[in-house]
Amino acid sequence: MSSPSTYYIPHEAKWPIVGSIALFAFFAGFAFLLNGGGWIIMALGAALLIYMMVRWFGDVITESENGTYSPQVDVSFRMAMMWFIFSEVMFFGAFFGALFYARVFSGPWLSGLGEGGAAATNAVLWSGFDYVWPTNGPAALGGEYAKMGWFGLPVINTLILLTSGVTCTIAHHAIKEGNRQKMVRWLLATVVLGFLFVGLQALEYWEAYSHLNLKLTTGIYGSTFFMLTGFHGFHVTMGAIILLVVMLRGTRKHFSATNHFAFEAAAWYWHFVDVVWLGLFIFVYIL
Amino acid sequence: MSTATAEHHDHDDHHGPAKGWTRWLYTTNHKDIGTLYLLFSLVMFFIGGGMALIIRAELFQPGLQMVDPLFFNSMTTMHALVMIFGVVMPAFVGLANWMIPMMIGGPDMALPRLNNWSFWIMPFAFLLLLSTLFMEGGGPAGGWTLYAPLSLQGGDNLAFVIFAIHFMGISSVMGSINIVATIFNMRAPGMTLMKMPLFVWTWLITAYLLIAVIPVLAGAVTMLLTDRYFGTSFFSAAGGGDPVMFQHIFWFFGHPEVYILILPAFGIISSIIPTFARKPLFGYASMVYATASIAFLSFIVWAHHMFTVGMPLAGEMFFMFATMMISVPTGVKVFNWIATMWRGSMTFETPMLFAIGFLVMFTIGGLSGLMLAITPADIQYHDTYFVVAHFHYVLVPGAIYSIMAATYYWMPKWTGNMYDEKWGKIHFWVSTVFLNVLFFPMHFVGLAGMPRRIPDYSMQFADWNAVATIGAFGFGFSQLIFVYVVLKCMKGGEKATTEVWEGADGLEWTVPSPAPYHTFETPPPIR
Repeated sequence: MSSPSTYYIPHEAKWPIVGSIALFAFFAGFAFLLNGGGWIIMALGAALLIYMMVRWFGDVITESENGTYSPQVDVSFRMAMMWFIFSEVMFFGAFFGALFYARVFSGPWLSGLGEGGAAATNAVLWSGFDYVWPTNGPAALGGEYAKMGWFGLPVINTLILLTSGVTCTIAHHAIKEGNRQKMVRWLLATVVLGFLFVGLQALEYWEAYSHLNLKLTTGIYGSTFFMLTGFHGFHVTMGAIILLVVMLRGTRKHFSATNHFAFEAAAWYWHFVDVVWLGLFIFVYIL
Repeated sequence: MSTATAEHHDHDDHHGPAKGWTRWLYTTNHKDIGTLYLLFSLVMFFIGGGMALIIRAELFQPGLQMVDPLFFNSMTTMHALVMIFGVVMPAFVGLANWMIPMMIGGPDMALPRLNNWSFWIMPFAFLLLLSTLFMEGGGPAGGWTLYAPLSLQGGDNLAFVIFAIHFMGISSVMGSINIVATIFNMRAPGMTLMKMPLFVWTWLITAYLLIAVIPVLAGAVTMLLTDRYFGTSFFSAAGGGDPVMFQHIFWFFGHPEVYILILPAFGIISSIIPTFARKPLFGYASMVYATASIAFLSFIVWAHHMFTVGMPLAGEMFFMFATMMISVPTGVKVFNWIATMWRGSMTFETPMLFAIGFLVMFTIGGLSGLMLAITPADIQYHDTYFVVAHFHYVLVPGAIYSIMAATYYWMPKWTGNMYDEKWGKIHFWVSTVFLNVLFFPMHFVGLAGMPRRIPDYSMQFADWNAVATIGAFGFGFSQLIFVYVVLKCMKGGEKATTEVWEGADGLEWTVPSPAPYHTFETPPPIR
């Protein structure tokens, strides 16, 4: 652990309360929207939330560049980011859990396999249902659809994301050598690859909706497919924005060989979305 | 290991608190934020308690007389959500905020601004949740567990409830991350992990539980949201999903959550009993390992909430035995507390009374839990008042009593004044009598088959329900004594010494009472 010469206590913070108001407006507005109301409150909440983040992170960046933080603060930041990523892993765990449960338990039980009441459930409720993954269920919700193949866009996307992990690591080595120019160049490549991934993912969704008739409403297959890839895509977008901010900071001569926590946090996050994708590629696309 | 010195940078923090009411809005001080959490929790305690009294008033007699059934259902739902997320969790976080930096010899929490945000989310999140009571169609009425498909068939409130849960979850995760970073990064030199007070240890483990399971809850309620509003079929068998899947995901969160509500209580009791027994805690290391074992086991017992739902026999067996295993580390703890008191020079000030009350009555709740763990027996007890009796025995004289004990124990340190010992003791005895009048009869009606969450009941349950309702009102109103004692102590009273309690041990008792706004700007020596 660190042994600082000073302990840093930040002065009064005005942004948290702004963030609370913003989140409140966003959540309440979203709930109004879902119940048939307008979207204005939600949009205002989201805008305020973004403004709050820009200003709060802005303050932190200014303080960091002024050398306000001790090495101890740096360690606290690192721990916070680490455990935040762990909490994200658990969030994805819930959706992977749903996928596995549906595939291993729900499906076979609905088609009458397994002990207990499964046979009766099948005979009384869903007689004739034969379970094969992917499925949109005994009621065939959403109608005829085609499975999203793994060959094609998903393979290309996998390669893109893995490559972006490599470029990110090259950028990391660059800043560790104090070569800021090189860091910015390789980060640019990472960010471009990241947004390319998101773009291709959008193309894949368009493909699914317009050609495969594979929709969010296509039973459990559509639900798990779009919720898992959708949340992942959202995280990639976030990660790419974070890396973009780090890159722009690099062009403004932020970071040094020894002081570049923001870069490392962003890189950890990027590798995290990378690993989640590998899980998705295997369990959602291939198997 | 970190160090902390008195030198400060660039701002005015070495003065006292900021002036004016905005101090509370913008504060980054762990003591201010701790106070805010505790006061918020106290307010919510009376809101949740009021809901409980509505439930008990309706159940005073068989038949429907006070409220309509939908409102009754939303009261049972909201009572649980408020008590769990609005009372017990914020109170523990408030205590963590106040005590952990002082106990480890640190200057403050590791991430003070995040700390402020963790608190200031809470009032807004509860505004969102409680507002549903005033909406058309009323508040959520499907039970706090939000089981699909019932929860999906309610009114417009579902989106608000789900977002309120997300909102509170953000607060919990940020708060827990802060506690983990504080404990690992802010300890004074020499404060090794195995020297940390047990309250710090139990909170460290609790924080990990929170970081691990709150996101799972967020995932579960997100699936509810998309099933209701976006046409997914996670919990619809017609689409190949399964309503039981919701229960699995929910209780994967829900069971560790139960320990989130009790582990910090174990830490508090482990601080109080040695003080008033004037002996060091018996079996410190075994306490740490027992806490960690309980936390680990909490992840593999979730389906004991679902024995009647339909599971393969192997599943029923596994979850039964795994659940019973929890009684081993819990037993270690109970025996250690008793061994700590054995041949101690005991005195019975209010905190000790609450601690002993905890020990006796929490054990009653633990033993009824063991009964519920037996699958074939649980098929009889499931969803009866026996279950209600069980978890109220572990939560009220368990979690709530530990919070009361902690308040009496540390309040002299917070305010600088001794509380009114006479009224504290009266509070304990009145509460304890009424609490048992309230909850003990629930065992009887539950074993006789009275179902929970129903506003009406069969005639043969009438007598014990009337008794329980009398207990409920007695217990509820006796909490006003607590408010009186707290307010009186905040206003003044006999000055507290630095050590406060004769047998007290720990860094928090080396700083003056009241604790200065900033403690340990230089690291204290650790024995």
